[in-house]
Amino acid sequence: MLEVPMLEVRDLHAGYGAFGVLHGIDMVVGAGEIVAVLGANGAGKTTLNRALSALIQPSAGAIMFEGRNITHAGYDTVVQAGLIQVPEGRKIFPNLSVRDNLLLGAFLRGRANRARNLARVFDIFPRLGERLGQLAGSMSGGEQQMLAIGRGLMAEPRLLILDEPSLGLSPVLTEELFALIGQLNAAGLAILLVEQNVVQSLAIAQRAYVIEHGVVALHGPAADLADDPRLRTAYLGLA
Amino acid sequence: MAEIYAAALINGLLIGGVYALVALGLTLIYGVLHIVNFAHGSLLMVAMFAAWLMAEKAGVHPYAALPVVALAMFALGWLLYRYVIGRVSRGEDRAILLATLGVAVVLDNVFLTLFGGDTRQIESDLTFAVIEAGPLLLSVPKVIAFAVSLLLAGALWAFMALTDTGRAIRAVAKEPEGARLMGIRPERIFALAYGIGIGCLGAAGCLLLPSFFVSPHVGNVFVLVAFTIVVLGGMGSFPGAVVGGLLIGVTESLGGLWLGESLGPIGISLVFIAVLLFRPTGLFGAAR
Repeated sequence: MLEVPMLEVRDLHAGYGAFGVLHGIDMVVGAGEIVAVLGANGAGKTTLNRALSALIQPSAGAIMFEGRNITHAGYDTVVQAGLIQVPEGRKIFPNLSVRDNLLLGAFLRGRANRARNLARVFDIFPRLGERLGQLAGSMSGGEQQMLAIGRGLMAEPRLLILDEPSLGLSPVLTEELFALIGQLNAAGLAILLVEQNVVQSLAIAQRAYVIEHGVVALHGPAADLADDPRLRTAYLGLA
Repeated sequence: MAEIYAAALINGLLIGGVYALVALGLTLIYGVLHIVNFAHGSLLMVAMFAAWLMAEKAGVHPYAALPVVALAMFALGWLLYRYVIGRVSRGEDRAILLATLGVAVVLDNVFLTLFGGDTRQIESDLTFAVIEAGPLLLSVPKVIAFAVSLLLAGALWAFMALTDTGRAIRAVAKEPEGARLMGIRPERIFALAYGIGIGCLGAAGCLLLPSFFVSPHVGNVFVLVAFTIVVLGGMGSFPGAVVGGLLIGVTESLGGLWLGESLGPIGISLVFIAVLLFRPTGLFGAAR
């Protein structure tokens, strides 16, 4: 790869206090790519996301975003740089209206184009446009997921991290969600897709990393990994 | 007889306006941020002393001093949250409760040491000024306090509903991690909102001074009533704080008329219980 990758993670160690979860993760996301991060529960996927968004401080290693070292940056600096995460469990603001949730997506970044981006989000999710005044907490799980993604898009992400976006969605909604991820990517957005949904993630991603016990157990082009017998082993933790 | 009731009603409304003024800051701090602010009464006392000192030592009328006192109280509130309450509590409810209680104990006793337990008041043309409305006499300072509490409630509502900072204040209280992912720093927003709530007390102190005595214990008169109003009106609702304040003021006034001074306040508890029976989230509280 000649040009500087969008995101480069080198030998990342992170955890909670003395409890280490990540033991040296190396990972690259190029511009315009969908990269899937797979792994069983407890493998360290969400810890990786929390470290990337600077919600926890890495104990060692480096995170470079568009050539800039953000390893020890504050989470607001990371947002300002355009690394936006749609977290597991959505974490929308339940006591705020749909409109206020979306507006807060542009609290720090994307403020100048807020009106235009709002219109774009309603274009992508017409349902949100119909429910502008509704309290976010009173919406269904699928609608809340749309809102969480919409809120993330309001910040004009350069790289969007999606953490378990299909969690709790019906198969039909999950299919729609993956189609949407494909559309966003086709429009040029780089996406780091963290999922338990292995088959669909590998179908949509260009490359994938499989994390096991806090290290990268496998990585490569998504099409190759889909056929790799080691995927099953790593994923299911079978010896 | 009807005139006595009318007078009690009007007087209750005016006192209620004053209560609402104190409750507005609390509905932001307790209702929105869920900080049990035991220091609320003590900080009102500090604001009243600040206004009293400016009137007594510098000859500045409390109404003229209002912007300065409100700003100074905002700064005090911000500093208190940033360096005491936020640090001690680390987001734990029990610790917040103890921190604000500690602040109250310290403030009460510092002012008791500095000023003694005497009650003080300012000499002002306004203190006994009244407007004659037919057979009724309306105390001018209370009419002004009433009007300002309505204005302030409107301003706070607009700030919370229409500005990004207001949205962020509502957001961080429920979902701090979601807020961080938008680049919002919850601890900054909390300090700012706490400062705004205490700044409202600065305004309240200046508006109360022409018609109330100041002493280191003056906060006790208001703090329990203010908590009652916040819950009665609906946590975090500014219209609720105003309507709740007026309801409590009228109840207290009519209760005193019917049941006498000592038994009268029971009316407040009865109204409180009745409202919560039928509307558990308060008059203007959002359904959960």
